[in-house]
Amino acid sequence: MDSLIWTEQVTKRYNPRKPDEILAVDDVSLHIEKGEVVVLKGPSGSGKTTLLSLIGCMGRPTSGRIVIEGKDVAKLPERFLTLIRRRTFGIIFQQFNLIRNVSVLENVLLPLYPVEISFAEMRLRGGKILEDLGIQNRMHMKVNKLSGGEQQRVAIARALINGPEIIIADEPTAHLDRKLSTDLLRILEDLNTAGKTIVIATHDPFVYDHHFVKRTVEMRDGRLLNIQQT
Amino acid sequence: MRHLKILEYALSSLLRRKYRNISLITVYALTISILASVLFLTHSLKLEAAHILIDAPDLVVQKLSAGRHDLIPSEYAKTIREIPGVGAAEPRYWGYYYDALSHSNYTLIGIDRNLPRLSLIEGRMPSGEGECAIGEGVAIARIVAVGDMMPLISSRDDVVLYKVTGTFRSESNILTNDLIVMGRKDLLQFFNLSADRATDITVTVHNPNEVTTIADKIKKTYPASRPITKNEIIRTYDAVFNWRSGMMLTIFASALIAFCILAWDKATGIGAEEKHEIGILKAIGWDTADILELKFWEGIVISLTSFLIGLIVAFVHVFFLNASILSPVIKGWSVLFPAFRLTPYIDIYQIFVLAFLTVTPYVASTIIPSWKTAITDPENVMRS
Repeated sequence: MDSLIWTEQVTKRYNPRKPDEILAVDDVSLHIEKGEVVVLKGPSGSGKTTLLSLIGCMGRPTSGRIVIEGKDVAKLPERFLTLIRRRTFGIIFQQFNLIRNVSVLENVLLPLYPVEISFAEMRLRGGKILEDLGIQNRMHMKVNKLSGGEQQRVAIARALINGPEIIIADEPTAHLDRKLSTDLLRILEDLNTAGKTIVIATHDPFVYDHHFVKRTVEMRDGRLLNIQQT
Repeated sequence: MRHLKILEYALSSLLRRKYRNISLITVYALTISILASVLFLTHSLKLEAAHILIDAPDLVVQKLSAGRHDLIPSEYAKTIREIPGVGAAEPRYWGYYYDALSHSNYTLIGIDRNLPRLSLIEGRMPSGEGECAIGEGVAIARIVAVGDMMPLISSRDDVVLYKVTGTFRSESNILTNDLIVMGRKDLLQFFNLSADRATDITVTVHNPNEVTTIADKIKKTYPASRPITKNEIIRTYDAVFNWRSGMMLTIFASALIAFCILAWDKATGIGAEEKHEIGILKAIGWDTADILELKFWEGIVISLTSFLIGLIVAFVHVFFLNASILSPVIKGWSVLFPAFRLTPYIDIYQIFVLAFLTVTPYVASTIIPSWKTAITDPENVMRS
């Protein structure tokens, strides 16, 4: 298998050399292959969300290397990181991070606004994804009027609209009941079957014990404890 | 296409915060309308004054007694005419009349022939005793029309009836609005003036470069006279209106500064929600330039909308409502005039300066704080 994501001795410190310095990720080396489903598990504050952000190019490590599709992203200028975030990653946030008082469709289309495609093409793609996720009838509703499960689907639709290679999801079941969590995992499983690489940060056993998870990486105090292959 | 889409998102973003933005536009437009009103009014008054002075004589000679304007002997005109370089010297007969009925101040002129640059809207110029032609402002204030009799109280406290033979118009409303034109004899009688005295003498000079030389010669011939050149009058008008508008702008500058502080506070204080939104946009693939473009469009839409509304309000206020709020301060003495309508004049240069001084700071105050957020890692923005 090709190594799609590769971190080498990655460290992330917040407020370095200050009294309130926090060592969030400590010397983490990890390889994620194309088509894998990897779960970063651990309690709150273990550094899994920070590591996920670093992998998703939303932040830079204090030291170490992060290589995505053969490019060392830690050294890339901001505009290249933007391109990688736009083309390579679909991000599902813990709090959904949808724009309030904006319609479902507009939220889903957000990643396409800075891309050179027409309004018609954008709406076509948005309609298709919402249909695939079964929320096309909510298309023109404001997102804050939706239930938690529906908002989660909107967040997934937004993550998929650019056709990303890698899906990263931070605590995706944190606000969902068991039925909605099952639905979500089914969607992620389908995406994996379609060839997407999936990286999830969670402390929910329902996620990391799921049969489609290929590998579980345990973290504590910013360090990797052990890696389980399933 | 990309720019259009970002513009569309900017508009939708503004609509999402419509109450905040409407209040911002209201305050912004009000500030601009006050500043633009002062500029429009001052500029328009200066142009009205310039219109009056187009046909003004090169020199006006007054007589001073104890340092004050006094009537001048008409025979001075003959002597002045003989000074080499003088084209014409004519005595003028005019005075002011306060009308207690309409609380207005009129200008009465006595003529022997038609005045230049005056044409009648209707009727004819006065040709005999007891006749007069009047400006539109007088006709409105006294509710008289051509053919009516208009009573005025003379200096002897007699009521004198004049038949209105015509009403005026000219390129400048200020020129004719308060005017009552009658025969010279009628005017002298009305003001109880001696036949050998005039209000002043107008002098036309062949060579414009010789005006000051001629003025010096007149002063030497008649030491008690005061020759006033056309340029001096123009400079006085400019100085008066510039001073008044300068005072107004100084006062309103504090309002502008207060607004800028408010705008800066609104724009810089991008709340947690807006910061979070920038973080989300960055995380899902928006570039820093895309965020700046979004904020640029938001700033431009707010500021240009406010600017246009402010300009339109100022235009209506000055040229359709006679600058009812500002005119007592800018026009000064003319509060006693019959109300007159200013001719709309707009100086494009002033509009651009006003736009530069109001739109640019607002757009900058919108973009700069967003830029600070946009260059921060999305992870840090969303964490904060």
